Amino acid sequence: MTTPEPPPPRRRPDRRAAVLPALAGLASLVVVFGAIGWWVASAPQWPRVQRQFFSLEAMAEAFPRVLQGFGVSLRIWLTALALIALWALVLAVLRSLRAPLFLPFRLIVVVYIDLFRGIPALLLVLLFGFGIPALNLPGLPSSGLFWGTVAMVVSYSAYVAEIYRSGIDAVPEGQRAAAKALGLTEWQTMVHAILPQALRNVLPALMNIVVALQKDVALLSVIGVRDAVREAQIYTAQTFNYSALVVAALLFLAATIPMARLADWVTRADRARRLQGAG
Amino acid sequence: MGEIRATGVTKWYGDRPVLDRVDLAVRPHEVVALIGASGSGKSTLLRCLNRLVEIDAGTITLDGVPIDAPAFGRTGLQRRIGIVFQSYNLFPHLTVLGNVTLAPRRVHGQPRAEAEARARRLLAEFGMGEFAAAWPERLSGGQQQRVAIVRALATDPDVLLLDEITAALDPELVGEVLRIVRGLKDRGMTMAIVTHEMGFARDVADRVCVLDAGRIIEEAPPARLFAAPEHPRTRRFLQRMTESGRL
Repeated sequence: MTTPEPPPPRRRPDRRAAVLPALAGLASLVVVFGAIGWWVASAPQWPRVQRQFFSLEAMAEAFPRVLQGFGVSLRIWLTALALIALWALVLAVLRSLRAPLFLPFRLIVVVYIDLFRGIPALLLVLLFGFGIPALNLPGLPSSGLFWGTVAMVVSYSAYVAEIYRSGIDAVPEGQRAAAKALGLTEWQTMVHAILPQALRNVLPALMNIVVALQKDVALLSVIGVRDAVREAQIYTAQTFNYSALVVAALLFLAATIPMARLADWVTRADRARRLQGAG
Repeated sequence: MGEIRATGVTKWYGDRPVLDRVDLAVRPHEVVALIGASGSGKSTLLRCLNRLVEIDAGTITLDGVPIDAPAFGRTGLQRRIGIVFQSYNLFPHLTVLGNVTLAPRRVHGQPRAEAEARARRLLAEFGMGEFAAAWPERLSGGQQQRVAIVRALATDPDVLLLDEITAALDPELVGEVLRIVRGLKDRGMTMAIVTHEMGFARDVADRVCVLDAGRIIEEAPPARLFAAPEHPRTRRFLQRMTESGRL
């Protein structure tokens, strides 16, 4: 018997082999977007549109107030995020508890989710923002900011509750059996055994919601909340120049793109963890 | 102590009977093996003994007290009967130590230091001392199953239920787990064991019960049962086990 040949030395990844296709890809992108850009710029009305939407002067002028509005947007976003995360968790846990005692709560949660997932968020913002203050109920705040945020929380929590629930359902039945055999109550089982695993399951899905919410807080502008979009609209109304809207768009991009990358990273880390666990 | 006595235990899943008037006794310090084909009801019977599955008719007692009696309180039965599962069912978000101390701390109110000291002692005893801080999914199947056994022993139970605890293991890891069960027997632990390892049942059990279609059709000491099975279905079952190399 002969000794087997040693494996060939592992070739280092060839940089040159990777560069050429990447350059080709870049070139095709430049060609395509260059063509689109040239086509748009050749439109007879382009100079006018450029002045109205991309005037650097107007952008600079509008920037401080749009930025201030964007601060309001961020504050709404963070507040709503915290409330949604908590409230949706309550909904999902109530829906997942199996003891007969919780049956009425389960029913209420099912109705809640059906109701608020079925109504467009924009409609909820309008209904809450204009409707509830009009009731003039003593003791209730009447600000659009407050009720608009409530509307977003009510709407998004219906979605997020279902995400949580899918994560709870994905925890293997054996985990419940083990917890029960150890003497944990249903509540303790939820807190100590099921939820920690469920939250880890749904983290990537939740990150997408975080990004979506960041943009959707702009809906509150329709009830007069002076967020980034509203401030930009006010500037536009005063000057007949739309560049402020572009400023708002850029600000949103500056915030959502890092969040999207973070979401990607969380998803990748999660997948790596799962693969390791399976190995 | 730790005597389990089941009388006339009946369980239906929907309109399908899985246990049909089963009588079973496990005396203190006795090891009883439940064998039988898949779907014969042996795992269900085992899970009835600690109320993981609620029975539809019959009675089960632990030391003469019905297991659903108020005397056990909410967690007394779980403290006195431990169970180990086929797929370990360790909590992946808790360390080995966290898994073992969960019930003593959260269910039985032991102070953390006390629960951890006892857990470390038990882990060391079962050769897992150096893995107290490890995550379960980093361990081999045999190691995970050892942790699961320690978790079941953490509340110092009188009875241990083993539900096909080697079925999910790679063949070369089966031995280490079976060795531990033998050690538990030597220390006088009362055990009910569901297993497909006929050799193991022959080796460790004081008595073997054969289940078929939700009934115990034959029970005898292993030497007698494996050498001279009486019931034709037992003979057929053991024949099949021999053919598949498990006997």
